Amino acid sequence: MTVESTAARKPRRSAGTKSTAGKTTTARKTTSTDPELVQLLTPEGKRVKNAEYDKYVAGITPDELRGLYRDMVLTRRFDAEATSLQRQGELGLWASLLGQEAAQIGSGRATREDDYVFPTYREHGVAWCRGVDPTNLLGMFRGVNNGGWDPNSNNFQLYTIVIGSQTLHATGYAMGIAKDGADSAVIAYFGDGASSQGDVAESFTFSAVYNAPVVFFCQNNQWAISEPTEKQTRVPLYQRAQGYGFPGVRVDGNDVLACLAVTKWALERARAGEGPTLVEAYTYRMGAHTTSDDPTKYRADEEREAWEAKDPILRVRRYLEASNHADEGFFAELETESEALGKRVREAVRAMPDPDHFAIFENVYADGHALVDEERAQFAAYQASFADVEGA
Amino acid sequence: MAEKMALAKAINESLRRALDSDPKVLIMGEDVGKLGGVFRVTDGLQKDFGESRVIDTPLAESGIVGTAIGLALRGYRPVVEIQFDGFVFPAYDQIVTQLAKMHARSLGKVKLPVVVRIPYGGGIGAVEHHSESPEALFAHVAGLKIVSPSNASDAYWMMQQAIQSDDPVIFFEPKRRYWDKGEVNTEAIPGPLHKARVVREGTDLTLAAYGPMVKLCQEVAAAAAEEGRSLEVLDLRSVSPLDFDSIQASVEKTRRLVVVHEAPVFFGSGAEIAARITERCFYHLEAPVLRVGGYHAPYPPARLEEEYLPGLDRVLDAVDRALAY
Repeated sequence: MTVESTAARKPRRSAGTKSTAGKTTTARKTTSTDPELVQLLTPEGKRVKNAEYDKYVAGITPDELRGLYRDMVLTRRFDAEATSLQRQGELGLWASLLGQEAAQIGSGRATREDDYVFPTYREHGVAWCRGVDPTNLLGMFRGVNNGGWDPNSNNFQLYTIVIGSQTLHATGYAMGIAKDGADSAVIAYFGDGASSQGDVAESFTFSAVYNAPVVFFCQNNQWAISEPTEKQTRVPLYQRAQGYGFPGVRVDGNDVLACLAVTKWALERARAGEGPTLVEAYTYRMGAHTTSDDPTKYRADEEREAWEAKDPILRVRRYLEASNHADEGFFAELETESEALGKRVREAVRAMPDPDHFAIFENVYADGHALVDEERAQFAAYQASFADVEGA
Repeated sequence: MAEKMALAKAINESLRRALDSDPKVLIMGEDVGKLGGVFRVTDGLQKDFGESRVIDTPLAESGIVGTAIGLALRGYRPVVEIQFDGFVFPAYDQIVTQLAKMHARSLGKVKLPVVVRIPYGGGIGAVEHHSESPEALFAHVAGLKIVSPSNASDAYWMMQQAIQSDDPVIFFEPKRRYWDKGEVNTEAIPGPLHKARVVREGTDLTLAAYGPMVKLCQEVAAAAAEEGRSLEVLDLRSVSPLDFDSIQASVEKTRRLVVVHEAPVFFGSGAEIAARITERCFYHLEAPVLRVGGYHAPYPPARLEEEYLPGLDRVLDAVDRALAY
């Protein structure tokens, strides 16, 4: 080590992390409950006042509250059914949203019909809010297609598997909205792991530079497969926004009211021409990353138990009961509806037909391609050769 | 109107026409605005069409292509510039995993009419990462179309067709031919975008090339003619799709084929042409299909590029070898 490099390191040490112990503290801060966390409903189901965000949910009716609860219950039921179907061999893979229902329903219900949503592959709750039939979400996991719905029917883009890519598509789309002079907004979903991707950083840059009407909704579910948030960042994620010149807010991601309020605020900012916002929904992935991994290998049971106490659905039920906004009849009826949804999903998956063999060659190009035509013809001849054998 | 102009100017005029005729066409890239691009291909466009149509972007290639995808989803037709061939790789992920596949993934519901312009190839004495020919890396990916004009007229018309295409098109511009002038008839009716063209008739052997190597092959054919050999020169114009019918027709006539490109020979477009033409024309061929191109080595420093790039003598040598069978 040269004298210069030693000298260069000293000021940094005194300015920041002084020792190993100091580093640990800094890292832990990203996972502890932050004083700046926006919360409107406590885990005990108590409504708490918030001067800044209360107005975005002030007019909410008991009927709408029950609606949010219903959305979360049905989304969880759908997710549980899909997980079971994977275990039964009906789906090749499933990415469960268990634990993230409030973040998705709260933000999803904040969107307007003309807004456009760019999801990852876990936004089953947002898809529900956008009116995408949940059975359509299962095609790619069953292996019958790579999409499954028309993105323009519900302004809900196809799931994106490459981590963070969709944040740039969202930004470009938002730039287009601004060019059109429309007052819609875009919301881009991604996770804490995606925050390390270059595309997410580039989308922050582009959206800030062009003042694009986009809301970046990061569901920090604490784990990127087996890697904790500490392996992605040394500062709380919402603080990243500051460096790009737009606001970042951390919201309790298990609080559907807070997620609704903060996302509404951010979308309204976007529509008013005030540019992008980063919302970090601080939540927890209760299950595995996908059905392929095993969380018991990388995280402690106590951690999950601590988060179970903050369950996003339970706290709304407590609030509904305590405020007499819902009776036993409502919960019983929802239970019946929930079972019916499970049955519908189960039957739909089992009835899903395999795609036509020639689908391989469909829509590779919009304007056609000579090689695809040639290979389709070869494939047809090959297939036909079996028919000859069978016919003989 | 027919007019003589440099290849770079022809692209500029073509972009101008596209911006003028379709309000959804956008130009995006680093330095494409006031500067007019490092090769001045977009010169004057921002002045005439404004900053919202001709967009100077942050210095982020993935961001350029990724946001162009979003703009295309919104109904725009972005034409993005990657400043140099070697800089496309930060955007490679967006091009390969997103741009190429979204139409198929959406079962045809989504169209991505995005043109990615890449000045490519060597011969201009540039520094590292400014002289590469990565077309084979893109041609391997279904969903992309890859074209490369060799002259001003094609540059003009192929750009029009690329912009009008509902598929993503990777438009490789032969940067060492940017200043070559040629006749451009802006009122002509162009041939199909992916059709190869015989630029010189011959009977003894076919030289197939595209982009910067077409001019070289014409020079080779002229030199060979002095030795009494009649070479046919094919300008392939499109790398994906490749016009195998035109190559086959020529090979059935000349019975010999040499493919010339700047990109490394190994796993290059010449390998694909050789394999398919061998399959199609096995009984017509008098010699194996030979390839002339770059070596399996990083593009060398400028003082060595004349050794690396196919030149007159290397192509003539391959012609001699093919004719010796």
